[in-house]
Amino acid sequence: MISRSLVLKLLSAVLVFGAWEIAGRVPVSYAFPTFLESMTALVAMTLDGTLFAAYAETLQPLVIGVLISAFLGIGIGVWIGLSTKFEWLFSPIFIVMQAAPLAALIPLLVMAYGIGLTSKVFVVCIMAMPVIVLNTAGAVRNTPASIKEMARSFLAKDSDVILKIIIPAASPVIFSGLRLGVSAGFIGAILSELKITPTGVGDIITYSRSIADYPSMYAAIFSIILLAVLFLNVLEKLEHIFFGGNHRGYVSD
Amino acid sequence: MAMSQTNLASVQSAPSVAAAEPDVAVSARQISKTYGEVEALRSLSLEFPRGQLTSLLGPSGCGKTTLLKIVAGLLEPDSGEILVNGKAVTGPGPDRAFVFQDFALLPWASVIRNVAFGLELRGVAKSEREDVARKYIGNVGLAGFENAYPHELSGGMRQRVGLARALSVDADVLLMDEPFSAVDEQTRRKFQEDLLSLVQNENKTFIFVTHSIEEAVYVSDQIAILLPRPSRVLEVIRPSGFRDSGAVNIRRDPEYLDIVDKIWASLRSYVE
Repeated sequence: MISRSLVLKLLSAVLVFGAWEIAGRVPVSYAFPTFLESMTALVAMTLDGTLFAAYAETLQPLVIGVLISAFLGIGIGVWIGLSTKFEWLFSPIFIVMQAAPLAALIPLLVMAYGIGLTSKVFVVCIMAMPVIVLNTAGAVRNTPASIKEMARSFLAKDSDVILKIIIPAASPVIFSGLRLGVSAGFIGAILSELKITPTGVGDIITYSRSIADYPSMYAAIFSIILLAVLFLNVLEKLEHIFFGGNHRGYVSD
Repeated sequence: MAMSQTNLASVQSAPSVAAAEPDVAVSARQISKTYGEVEALRSLSLEFPRGQLTSLLGPSGCGKTTLLKIVAGLLEPDSGEILVNGKAVTGPGPDRAFVFQDFALLPWASVIRNVAFGLELRGVAKSEREDVARKYIGNVGLAGFENAYPHELSGGMRQRVGLARALSVDADVLLMDEPFSAVDEQTRRKFQEDLLSLVQNENKTFIFVTHSIEEAVYVSDQIAILLPRPSRVLEVIRPSGFRDSGAVNIRRDPEYLDIVDKIWASLRSYVE
């Protein structure tokens, strides 16, 4: 028997795609293709290889930026969470970064770092890092005091307290920060390709729009959403593998 | 008369006893501690005989948990010192183990990892520490729950895990901070009976914080009554007559009832 949650997922997919198909057929706009047209374009682009070539370009700033954001972000976040001084120093930077209108800042980045990979990585990092840092810092600061005290009373060194108490206790919130950060990173990667130089998936979107090949444009957008969803699922599986016990609830329940 | 058997000596201003005295495991000397404006402890001195259970009893706010955490090395006193086996306490040490009021278990770790956690922090090899943990899990009556997670256990079972964790590091002194206050009444009675045999069988010194007069009189070899504002030891009571009459008979013993009444008489004016 198929599980209930799978049935619900399939049902919601059918509803969304059905609505898309109907909206395309009405049509709500001549620039809005139907679901089937878009899927046909997606298959065509996959078969002739343009999609793979495009992702080879797009994934570079995305992967580099997300990796930097994850490692640096969690590191800085743990540090901010542990030290009040460090919080005063760094926390405002990330709050400003989170609130800043990124599109307006891109010309500045281009002036400083050119139109190459560096600027695009920066855009991904600016999008992804603040939420990772701020979530991690908050989670670290809110580690239950009693289990930290317990560890100290059983002779834990400072490194033990961080690695065996604070990080595992904070891991659910850190991972939710990572999920938000990664999705923001996907937005950043596409934004940088639309705003800096049209390469990869951003190029497909810009070019298809300019020649009014709307099915291809929507196929490219659809593919990036699909990739993001797949990636977030992988992240969730990773969390299960590393910190499985956290899904078993808290003692204070 | 039963009352005459109790030693009512006040130790409020007792002169400090030589550290080498053999039957004292832990001694607190002139301990003071203030939190900002609040004076938690003022020059408090108290001695804890080896191999016995001493309870710290008093109304809330009298600084009994503060004293226990100072003995544990989790808090630093503003002045005064704690001697454990004649050596001054500068921080947490292998000679003391703590049982927490809220159990303080790791929610992501199985029972066996929780029990072995003290040994894990000391760098004991996994197989070795799990053997020790398994033994104490059996001793506290949790055999079969080694791979359960804390949220699957009842409050009483969680505290048994906390107790097994403290026992498995084999410390001389066991510090218990209101360990039974978060479990239900029947479980608590069972715990109190188990504690009596634990004190008898394990050659350890127990320091037990409680706010229950009956519990203190039931389990203790020595009861220190603490009063708040400023915190001081009102008196030290050593029940003597009923200790050997068996766990089930203690609550009927006239001396037990007299001491409970007497303690309430001296505490009632301090309870808001």
